[in-house]
Amino acid sequence: MPALVMEGVRKVYRSGSEEVVALDHADLVVGDDEMVTLLGPSGSGKTTLLSIAGGLLTPTEGRVVVGDQVVSDLDPRQLTAFRQRQVGFVFQSVNLVPFLTARENLTVVGELAGRPRRETGEQADRLLEELGLSHRAGNLATELSGGERQRVAIGRALMNDPKLVLVDEPTSALDTKMGEAVMELLRNEITGRGIAAVVVTHDTRMTHYTDRTVEIVDGRLQA
Amino acid sequence: MSLAWRELVRRPGRFAVAGSALTLLVVLLLLLGGLLDGLYLGSTGAIRAQRADVFVYSATARDSIVRSRIEPDLRARIEEVDGVASTGGLGVALLGATVEGDDDVLDVAVTGYELAPEGVPEPPAPGTAYADDRLRADGVRAGDVLEVGPARVPVEVVDFVSDTSYLQQGALWVEPDTWRAIQSESRPDAAVADGVFQVVLVVAEDGVEAGELADRIDEATGGATSSLTRDEAVLSLPGIRQQNSVFTALIGVTLFVAGLVAALFFALVTLERTALYATLKALGAPSGRLALGVVFQSVVVALGAVVLGGAVTFALEQVIPDAVPVQVEPSRVVTSSVLVLVTAAVGALVSLRRIVRIDPATAIS
Repeated sequence: MPALVMEGVRKVYRSGSEEVVALDHADLVVGDDEMVTLLGPSGSGKTTLLSIAGGLLTPTEGRVVVGDQVVSDLDPRQLTAFRQRQVGFVFQSVNLVPFLTARENLTVVGELAGRPRRETGEQADRLLEELGLSHRAGNLATELSGGERQRVAIGRALMNDPKLVLVDEPTSALDTKMGEAVMELLRNEITGRGIAAVVVTHDTRMTHYTDRTVEIVDGRLQA
Repeated sequence: MSLAWRELVRRPGRFAVAGSALTLLVVLLLLLGGLLDGLYLGSTGAIRAQRADVFVYSATARDSIVRSRIEPDLRARIEEVDGVASTGGLGVALLGATVEGDDDVLDVAVTGYELAPEGVPEPPAPGTAYADDRLRADGVRAGDVLEVGPARVPVEVVDFVSDTSYLQQGALWVEPDTWRAIQSESRPDAAVADGVFQVVLVVAEDGVEAGELADRIDEATGGATSSLTRDEAVLSLPGIRQQNSVFTALIGVTLFVAGLVAALFFALVTLERTALYATLKALGAPSGRLALGVVFQSVVVALGAVVLGGAVTFALEQVIPDAVPVQVEPSRVVTSSVLVLVTAAVGALVSLRRIVRIDPATAIS
């Protein structure tokens, strides 16, 4: 079963009497262990696509399915529950909770989903070890380096055992070397878990880390 | 809630401004309440202590004890009213007094009585009195002879009673003839004849409602009397009603300001946390949960302010001069604390709308 299916997805914003088409009849299928780069310039609609796939935005038209869940049919409350359990996000600006430790930034995902504390804690410890951050588990987010914060953000995205991880511009704030390290880490963490990932970027140097690349221009996906 | 708690514990400085402002408001609130209670209790003790259900004044006195006079024949008509179990006369003379051999003038309320109030024994022997604790605080001791009024009528203090002061003056509880003698010698223009009292106190028969009996008495006396229940009699004392209104208004305004402080502070904090809340919402945090966290933080900050403000008020109460009638009652502390906590919670709820409107999609854009 594909991790993500988007069929004829359209997103239109209204600005007064004008209509702005951010996403125009997008069709996309991402396999259950596939990593896809969504490449496009600023304003091309890649963030809109990512937001719709993650249940942060609802499409104006079209159908979105993540795993066996038809996301485009969900109301806001159901979308909240969907985000708790079925998708993981890695945000462009990382967005860790500054007054939580590295470990707590992971366990907070389990807390929001109402999972048992012990189970959540064990999973967080496991992920931190995999990410090479066990020794930083008790440090506040503000005490971590940029690279460490990015790794914690990746761990956080995996905490709810998602079917789909959505990664927004993971290398935009990093130099080339650090960006490559983060992409390498992303690929290592995601591949083999049965998790799909969509990585949004405008950096063509990072596309070879994923299984395939889909370009988006003016809201339209290019074949 | 754990997120909110962790932020409170790890970033206490962030909440210091709101906490300090609320602490000062709690101190103000408790001092205002303490003043209200001190004034109220110090003015009404002699009336609150009465066991009677109905206070009967002469109609022309406009519910003032010192202006009222009830003649024996009028009292007899009151006693005949259906539902009256017993009656007792009461009279008060507000005068100055000095301890024999001392020049300091003390304010006293010489109170002649027939029915023993709560905490006061049966009337003492002529020329003696039970004195209110307020006089003990002024240095009067059992066995002292007070020279009362301009005529310097001697009254020996035989014992002390508590919480029976009248209009901020310590009561001297005496038998009726001693009161009449003092009143007549000190205020010849307002002399009281034998058998006359200022007010007649009425104890109702079991099952008779006080308000109903008061109406019945006024009807039976053909409008010659004005009868009040005990609570009404307390409120009819000079200035009590106005004093209660003023202080209640001040307390209300202070509470409103406390709510405003909480509302403004947490509205600003919420504004500052927009990006954080967008991220948490993107991760699946419902708006209600985030809003509850804000309310929780507001209540905890208010609780800290209540504890700190209570301690500061207690310390201030120790150094405030006796002349200032501040009396912070435990019930006042509990009520004020609960009100501050509720106000802080309601104030923080103002942020709910803003939290609901935070779009989780902004976390990714």
